[in-house]
Amino acid sequence: MKKFVIIFFFLIISNLTSISSFSAEKAAKPMSPGWSFKGFFGTFDRASLQRGYQVYTEVCASCHSMKHLSYRNLSQPGGPEFSKEQVKIIASQFEVRDGPNDDGEMFDRPARPSDNFVSPYANDKEATAANGGAYPPDMSVLVKARKGGADYIYSLLLGYDEPPEGISLDDGVYYNKYMAGNKIKMSNPLSEGIVEYADGTKASEEQMAKDVTTFLTWAAEPHLEERHKIGFRAIVYLIIITILVYFSMKKIWSRVESEV
Amino acid sequence: MSNHEYTPNSKFGKWFNDRLPLLTLGKHLTDYPTPKNLNYWWTFGGILTFCLITQIVTGLILAMHYVAHADLAFGSVEHIMRNVNYGWLIRYVHANGASMFFLAVYIHIFRSLYYGSYKSPREIIWILGMIIYILMMAAAFMGYVLPWGQMSFWGATVITNLFSAIPLVGESIVTWLWGGYSVDNPTLTRFFSLHYLIPFLILGLVVLHIWALHVPGNNNPIGIDLKKPSKDTVPFHPYIVIKDLFALLIFLIVFAFFVFYSPNILGHADNYIEANPMVTPAHIVPEWYLLPFYAILRSVPDKLLGVIAMFGALFILVILPWLDTSKTRSAIFRPLYKQFYWFLVADVLILGYVGAMPAEGIYLLAARVATAYYFAHFLIILPILSRKEKVLDVPLSITEPVLGGAVSASAVRQKKDKL
Repeated sequence: MKKFVIIFFFLIISNLTSISSFSAEKAAKPMSPGWSFKGFFGTFDRASLQRGYQVYTEVCASCHSMKHLSYRNLSQPGGPEFSKEQVKIIASQFEVRDGPNDDGEMFDRPARPSDNFVSPYANDKEATAANGGAYPPDMSVLVKARKGGADYIYSLLLGYDEPPEGISLDDGVYYNKYMAGNKIKMSNPLSEGIVEYADGTKASEEQMAKDVTTFLTWAAEPHLEERHKIGFRAIVYLIIITILVYFSMKKIWSRVESEV
Repeated sequence: MSNHEYTPNSKFGKWFNDRLPLLTLGKHLTDYPTPKNLNYWWTFGGILTFCLITQIVTGLILAMHYVAHADLAFGSVEHIMRNVNYGWLIRYVHANGASMFFLAVYIHIFRSLYYGSYKSPREIIWILGMIIYILMMAAAFMGYVLPWGQMSFWGATVITNLFSAIPLVGESIVTWLWGGYSVDNPTLTRFFSLHYLIPFLILGLVVLHIWALHVPGNNNPIGIDLKKPSKDTVPFHPYIVIKDLFALLIFLIVFAFFVFYSPNILGHADNYIEANPMVTPAHIVPEWYLLPFYAILRSVPDKLLGVIAMFGALFILVILPWLDTSKTRSAIFRPLYKQFYWFLVADVLILGYVGAMPAEGIYLLAARVATAYYFAHFLIILPILSRKEKVLDVPLSITEPVLGGAVSASAVRQKKDKL
């Protein structure tokens, strides 16, 4: 009976990942291009992050905000690691409303590295109205806010297709294999050559999807590299101290005739 | 508390101890005679104390940076994750710490069920433990609301709405709980206040829990009363301290894996979407540790009866010492009880599983059968077993089970399995 319960327990655990899959009605299983940031020593590909930022800012940012990030984050260790000078230039391309000044007036000025990413719309309502009634979600933690994470975002970007027969789509609705219900209000954002990469990499759809997803993953989890690094050290330390404590315990308990 | 008088060595120590006998207490804690046959299931008490302290310390730091306001809470959590030094670590320890806390408390409770630790003379320890458990659930639920994500908001809406099932005054009570006509800023601020309060109530109850434990002393795997101190016991320090530490370290390795390598796996992705009263998530599910009760709630078609069943499932645990009246404590010597114990474990796991699934079709049916069995276990099976079960002979002491004369070969074999 005990064995049965233990087997049952592991069956449940192994099924936990699929527990929520029922919510993804009619959606295909996401694909994975192989991410450098997975695993115990996972780190971001710096060049991919920089390209990903380019895709984000030239394509996504026209509708999607990223309000929890600041421009200074782009130069922080573990991120795209643009130089401080580059970040100043990047920031200065955006206008922010500041004030009030000494005359009590609000004024526009170029953004500084300490400013948050400038949102494309004044508010959620405007964003929704400008996009056919579908709010383009903020991208700060988008990867963590979707079941399937990076794989899902990557797949969705490449999941546009002609609708199969028998499915009719309204105006402004598109068919996507990976979207729950297969209907999405975002048109296919990526097409070959829509971005011209500064480092000369060929901007194929797969390449752009991979780069921008890497960038979004970093945006959602900016301390991922540090976390992996500290985690590995912490666990090695714990294992060593556990072994030491184990032998101390054996020694102490050898004084009594009882097994530990 | 201690049987023998303790005199500190130093003059100052004596002076202080005469006025506040803290040193006597310390001496009592280190000398505390503990059964020497305790297995690793007994280490979870120490692990739980560690969990509580961890939650309080990390929570204290989080509260310094968190803003309890409906418009700012989500952003302040992101601020902690991005800008506060090691904020990500503190928050992930706190969030996963809650799950680890419940993992440990479930093992602790099921250990008590297996070895009959709730029985006389330990009923008060058990009841205090149950109150702690209920407060833990309240604290965890309110804590989950604080990041003000979609699951926070809708979880809070569903759970607080349960009170509307109370006849006549239900609606008014819900409005009173919310501080308005829907879950909103007043709800968030009061949940924050209570989330800060409850851990300290738990801490106080833990002190009582341990105090009550130190009156009769620990139960043990063979569930017999021991002479203390005797050959059957060891002093708490260093024997139990080092063993608890070893178990805690193993537990911490598991904990660290969650925190550093899959910090979000136990949470719901929807909670990284800021709360939006206009958009309902496709499926509202509570955290994993509340799923069995959620399954019981949903398995009853009537709302009020569902709520009663859910709270009943908890209350029934409180009165357990009077439902299972068998004099034999440990399941080792209760062959039938042991079978039903594992049935109950499986039943609770099934309830947890179906709690995560939509309440329809086969899942709903499974939830109903499992709910019925849960109550049957406590209300029918245990009282009958207490009277009818033929228990095995129990040894007279830990060190000399055979000289006790009565223990059967099979019991010794089973005992070895379990220890």
